[in-house]
Amino acid sequence: MLGADSIRRGRLQARTFRSTFPVRRAPLPLLLAGGAVAGLAVLPLAYLVIRALGADPASLDLVLRPRTAVVAASTVALALLVGAGTIALGVPLAWLTTRTDLPGRRAWAVLTVVPLAIPSYVTGFAFLATFGPRGALQSILAPLGVERIPSFGGLFGATLVLVLVSYPYVVLATRAGIARTDPAVEDAARLLGDRRTTVFRRVTLPILAPAIAAGALLAVLYALSDFGAVSLLQFDSFSRAIYVQYRASFDRSLAAILSLMLVGMTFAVAWGESRVRWRAGAYAGTSRSSRRPPTNVPLGRWRWPAVAFCAGVVGLALVVPAGTIAWWLVRGVGQGEPVRVVVDAAVNSFLAGGGAALGAVMLALPVALLVARYPSRTASVIETATYTGYALPGIVVALAVVFLATTTVPFLYQTLALLVIAYAVRFLPQAVGTVRAAAVGIGPRVEEAGRTLGDGPLRAFARLTLPLLRPALIAGGALVFLTTVKELPLALLLGPIGFDTLATEIWDASSEGFYTRAAGPAAVLLVLSAATVAVLLRNEEGAR
Amino acid sequence: MRFVRPLPVLLLTSLLAAACSGSGATAAPDSPSSPDPASAPPASASGSLTVYSGRSESLVGPLLERFETETGIDTEVNYASTSELAATILEEGDASPADVFFGQDAGALGALAAEGRLAALPQPTLDKVEERFRADDGSWVGVSGRARVVAYDSRVHEDADLPDDIAAFTDPQWKGKVGWAPTNASFQSFITAFRQLEGDEAAKAWLEGIQANEPKVFEGNEEVLNAIAAGEIEAGFINHYYLMVALAEQGDSFPVRNHFLAGDDPGSLVNVASTGILNTAANPAAAQTFVDYLLTQESQEYFANETQEYPLIEDVPANPELPALDEVASPDIDLSDLSDLEGTLRLIQEAGVL
Repeated sequence: MLGADSIRRGRLQARTFRSTFPVRRAPLPLLLAGGAVAGLAVLPLAYLVIRALGADPASLDLVLRPRTAVVAASTVALALLVGAGTIALGVPLAWLTTRTDLPGRRAWAVLTVVPLAIPSYVTGFAFLATFGPRGALQSILAPLGVERIPSFGGLFGATLVLVLVSYPYVVLATRAGIARTDPAVEDAARLLGDRRTTVFRRVTLPILAPAIAAGALLAVLYALSDFGAVSLLQFDSFSRAIYVQYRASFDRSLAAILSLMLVGMTFAVAWGESRVRWRAGAYAGTSRSSRRPPTNVPLGRWRWPAVAFCAGVVGLALVVPAGTIAWWLVRGVGQGEPVRVVVDAAVNSFLAGGGAALGAVMLALPVALLVARYPSRTASVIETATYTGYALPGIVVALAVVFLATTTVPFLYQTLALLVIAYAVRFLPQAVGTVRAAAVGIGPRVEEAGRTLGDGPLRAFARLTLPLLRPALIAGGALVFLTTVKELPLALLLGPIGFDTLATEIWDASSEGFYTRAAGPAAVLLVLSAATVAVLLRNEEGAR
Repeated sequence: MRFVRPLPVLLLTSLLAAACSGSGATAAPDSPSSPDPASAPPASASGSLTVYSGRSESLVGPLLERFETETGIDTEVNYASTSELAATILEEGDASPADVFFGQDAGALGALAAEGRLAALPQPTLDKVEERFRADDGSWVGVSGRARVVAYDSRVHEDADLPDDIAAFTDPQWKGKVGWAPTNASFQSFITAFRQLEGDEAAKAWLEGIQANEPKVFEGNEEVLNAIAAGEIEAGFINHYYLMVALAEQGDSFPVRNHFLAGDDPGSLVNVASTGILNTAANPAAAQTFVDYLLTQESQEYFANETQEYPLIEDVPANPELPALDEVASPDIDLSDLSDLEGTLRLIQEAGVL
């Protein structure tokens, strides 16, 4: 314990030092830029308030009855379980693929992140088809006398599918956190006598805690906004309740009230994470060039259990959905159906995704710098505001943009530009989190040195800090790209008419049960995303 | 790190290309089919037409492409789900680019009509279908019929043994043997019809009665059908054409059949996929051509043969394995009124089903 305690004491001193060091006030242009981004992100809230105010008071009791409390509680339960699940999977996977001698480490690094690319309804459907009461697993076990498997649905099923779809956010955030830590700290603790497990538990994890929390927040909020999995698995969370309201009530007011509740929940969680992170203090490591390269932890007899763990997660998260897609494809081709060439849809997905990535990164930069360099309540408010559209179901954001665009900028309505802007704003938090963490790690000293040597603030930033931030910018952009290409409601309702993406093709075919027609676009989506993940990880390694 | 440098350039180029390309790539049209002289394209409208279709591209895409080829009207179709498109039209308001709305059910069009968004259709168009399949105020017209049925496992039951009214399925003998899809739009339209015909109390009692029989819950009608075929349940409340599509794909050995209920029972509802012209249409003439086109013999045959629905104009026969439409005694209600899905949703939730 001696080592860990010493490290903790040292960090405590560093933290106290940091909190007494005066935080400079943010330069006005940066504050305005961040405020403008926050204002853009908060616009859907204006739509929701307008709609909610138009609600018929007599039908308000429909929303304010016990059942809504049940839906809220279900949503909270789902959020907690998904948070716990993604951390339980993501942190070990991140650590195993970066700091140990796991066999096939590079391959596992890619495979554990690729599930980010799969739309949740594909995963949900694949699980039902495989593990459902009369699914593939049951037919395999039937000769052994297994008549039916217990039903796969409800809270358990929804949690499992959503964890398997969103744990890569935690993996990526934790990997980035690990890359930023100085192995010298852990070495010091070991030198002072602690065992490896103690070092991990009492030194490494606390240092990684902000990164893990940021990744878990992204995962949980994304899971809350998801509709595909919870509808398929019959779980009544807010997103499903909101969607059912839209389906049945062309009134849209009650759906708006439920959406406002969800946004309130989102703000509370995001604000809490932001303040905890602020109080935990930043860990600005030593510069990379003076760091010893980390030595990998030998796993010894834990090697094959670790491989089994990775294989299990990848098997459930990637092989089951990909296998289902492959089976649809094979079965369809066997029945003589031609495989659809979806070049147009693929190009459109790439355009939308690329534009969204670029836009999100540009919007994220001022916000991230504000929070990293000049933390304050204002900065936290701005950062929390960017989460407005992130946890809302896509249909809500889509209708908000329809309303706002047709009333304020009708010439932009149903153009690709508007769709890209909507995507960039909606998935902004993913880019903000990545860039902020990197900006904190880089620290302001390099830029200040440049300023003392005569550069103006913008020039110093562009020449010195921006190149250092580049890996994080690419990582944030790639994350937004991956999330955009599988997104459905905005593409359907905001895209220019006739603008098919891979996601809309998959939806169109599978909504009528033409699963073979869905398999082609789904396979292309998987390959496109796997390639992006590979680029993402190579970029990460190049930065280390 | 040179390999990462092309990436921002690539992204920037794609963004510029996207900004310049406007509407992006569209699907290539099918090779044009020769027009059938028996159903010459009506009216001499031209220009461009924007259709919002709640019916999926896989189902009606070929028909709409045929329309574009035969009439020469440049048709842009926005495919999404019916309710989302209706909500979008309502949000767009006067700025809506849509000329025509083609919906999966009449309720959505009823909702648009209630907000005053539909223009009245001319009487000759309305007269092509029976009164029960068009709006009372002439704001929309049905295009193809979708009958509610009780699909049943033919290995276990015979058509003659099954009850003739929907309330009989609340009997305890059906415990654990029925299935439904309560989030499905067609089911909710059926419950709305139930409320119209027999009142809210009776509808709620029916829902609670079925709920007491521990029904299996599914997300969609096709899953209900597959569950019956798999022997998981013995009966399910769905639309008629799911079975016909399955029979066409898998042959007569498919062990499910449709049971049509007797007249005046809410369970014998025939809903219609329908279409209407928006009052904000930029090209009403082309919109009218479109609506008339859907009611030509050629198009109605398409619905009969491809989507396995009921054609609604005279002299076009449905699938011979189906009972004729005039034998399907659907209850006497205005399908526009099925737009009060909100009240239905409340009832379904009060009954503890959703």
